[in-house]
Amino acid sequence: MLSYVIRRTLGMVPTLLVISLLVFLIIELPPGDYLSNQIAQLKAQGEAASIAKVEFLRKEFALDRPFWERYLIWLGAWPGPNGFSGLIQGNWGWSFEFEKPVADVVGTTLPLTILLNFATILFVYVVSFPIGIYSATRQYSWGDYGFTFLGYIGLATPNFLLGLIMLYLANIWFGLSIGGLMDPQYVDEPWSLAKVGSVLAHLIVPTIVIGTSGTAGMIRRLRANLLDELHKQYVTTARAKGLNENRLLVKYPLRMALNPFIADIGNLIPSLVSGSVIVSVVLNLPTVGPVLLNALKSQDQFLSGFILLFVAVLTLVGMLISDLLLAVLDPRIRLGARAGQ
Amino acid sequence: MTEREITPGQAGDGIERYVDPTPFDPMQAEALTEAQLRYYQASQWQIMWRKFRRHRLAVWAGIILFFFYLNVPFAEIIAPYSPNQRDSAHLFAPPQAVHLFHEGRFVGPFVYGFEAKFDLEFSNWVYTPDHSKVQPIRFLCFGAPYKFWGLVEWNFHVICPAEGGTLFLAGTDRLGRDMYSGLVYGARLSLTVGLIGVAIGMVLGMLFGGLAGYFGGLVDTIVQRAIEILRSLPELPLWMALSAAVPVTWSPLAVYFAITIILGLLDWPALARAVRSKLLALREEEYAKAAEMMGAGPSRIIGRHLLPGFMSHLIASATLSIPSMILGETALSFLDLGLRRPAVSWGVLLNEAQDITVVIVYPWLMMPVIPVIIVVLAFNFLGDGLRDAADPYR
Repeated sequence: MLSYVIRRTLGMVPTLLVISLLVFLIIELPPGDYLSNQIAQLKAQGEAASIAKVEFLRKEFALDRPFWERYLIWLGAWPGPNGFSGLIQGNWGWSFEFEKPVADVVGTTLPLTILLNFATILFVYVVSFPIGIYSATRQYSWGDYGFTFLGYIGLATPNFLLGLIMLYLANIWFGLSIGGLMDPQYVDEPWSLAKVGSVLAHLIVPTIVIGTSGTAGMIRRLRANLLDELHKQYVTTARAKGLNENRLLVKYPLRMALNPFIADIGNLIPSLVSGSVIVSVVLNLPTVGPVLLNALKSQDQFLSGFILLFVAVLTLVGMLISDLLLAVLDPRIRLGARAGQ
Repeated sequence: MTEREITPGQAGDGIERYVDPTPFDPMQAEALTEAQLRYYQASQWQIMWRKFRRHRLAVWAGIILFFFYLNVPFAEIIAPYSPNQRDSAHLFAPPQAVHLFHEGRFVGPFVYGFEAKFDLEFSNWVYTPDHSKVQPIRFLCFGAPYKFWGLVEWNFHVICPAEGGTLFLAGTDRLGRDMYSGLVYGARLSLTVGLIGVAIGMVLGMLFGGLAGYFGGLVDTIVQRAIEILRSLPELPLWMALSAAVPVTWSPLAVYFAITIILGLLDWPALARAVRSKLLALREEEYAKAAEMMGAGPSRIIGRHLLPGFMSHLIASATLSIPSMILGETALSFLDLGLRRPAVSWGVLLNEAQDITVVIVYPWLMMPVIPVIIVVLAFNFLGDGLRDAADPYR
């Protein structure tokens, strides 16, 4: 098991490298950079004194070097103006717009982003699991049809529009503002039990909004998998031998259907993270979503680059966890790899 | 064979033998009825069509989509106004309900005119219907002039407001632009974004998937890794980053194509994976081997012998990825990163609904949500139906 964990974790390193290169490529795509645009603006206004300062900053952040050097400096694999100081060394870069290190800008939003995504995944599991089993065991019942219908609606409603609709309905029906991730009075307070409670209460709506389409997909797949298993011969045999229906379900077909269920969460995570970014913008949640949008619009490249990378890493870690879970659950995976060698 | 002749035995042994005079047909047992014959001689596409027609929901989805797509070529004729036409006398006007009877008398479809008043206390517009103003809707009429496809000047519409009246079926926005006309014109961009994006994704998917599946080895490994990495990335943040890189100075048309290319660029991995696995299976088939031995090149074998084998499957899975592109464009335009006025798409219209306080007072600004949901749902059903029809084992 340990060797599987290590192998699987090390396998992420080249993937991360490729992703970091891709992210850097994307944030460098717009012509010019934040500072050269500022220089052009200052020149237009005829402010020579400030230009010198910005030129200095350009050198300071190595923006005047060729692409490869810039990338490696950002990564921390090449000596920049201040020696090795990049992502690997824990320096996340500088936000030009806020004139602060990126770490200070995004610092408080990172744990909340992780929390939100974790809550969503938990929601998807907790809701889709019983409903999936119910729909499969009571196929073509009214409950099954009801959930299938709800599922289709959930699949078709884009999550940011669902957020918008819920925002509207909450306002119309309850006169309630559901934006934000905590009551305004707690925003600058230190963490306390009341603050945690407030955050949890505010987490409910975004979790449902982000998780709905994923849940709908998971229910459909669990139902299909379980139905496949239920029609196999061993189920009939077990039933013929007089095994109690509940025990029969839990002991054999459910265990078989569980594997794809867990493996699927890995495929689901990218779309969940995607959803959390845009839903955060709509519901005005203090996660990386709104920060990313602003950074992209103002071409604050190190800030947007870091967030893109963070979001990608979050997805990869999620997939890693789902793979490890799968290995714990299914001996074929952790032993199969060894047998194959 | 109702009648049998009795012939005396030829061998002269006196035993009578019963012989059927009708000529013997060795294929008789396998003879097919007319209907069966048609079924077996049907081409692959005809069989698919037959299976598809049995899928009721998918057929209805297809019909609904057809009507939605009618808006694409004929938007100018269907919409009563042009989408950027401002009516400063009717800002934030609510949708006008269509009535048939006025004071118990049948007048045909008409709307009541309304009085606009600015409420200074809540600082919003209040509209009260004026029941003395009956404005019959005109059909197949001449109204606001437009340029059909930006080429020919014309003023023919399917519906127009009454002379001197208004017809805001879905209300107006903050500049007095008709939402219904916006929805009709918006369909043009919103619905084609998915098609063009999927076409790009399909070409890339077939190219990379074809290379990986046919050549295998190192090419396969590289493509596989690329697919794995791209699929593990959250799409939307990447779309956001890429479309933020589209220069603001570009013309709406250029931005539109840039957005479709961006949407298509990240879509190919799923299709490439499908193409690859199908190719791996099909290239072991005898007819592929035979073609190879006869000296056909890789491009001919792939294009002529292998592609037709899974084209139907490919089209079905491509249909299922159209909705995600429509949603992608909607999301990007909603966030100000995609299309901008004067271009009109459903996402651009939704952009007006970004401020929740405005939406609560003027809820009809959320109207574009409805066509988006209908179209996405319809594409899902259609795709499901197509996929089932393309599956030879069902």
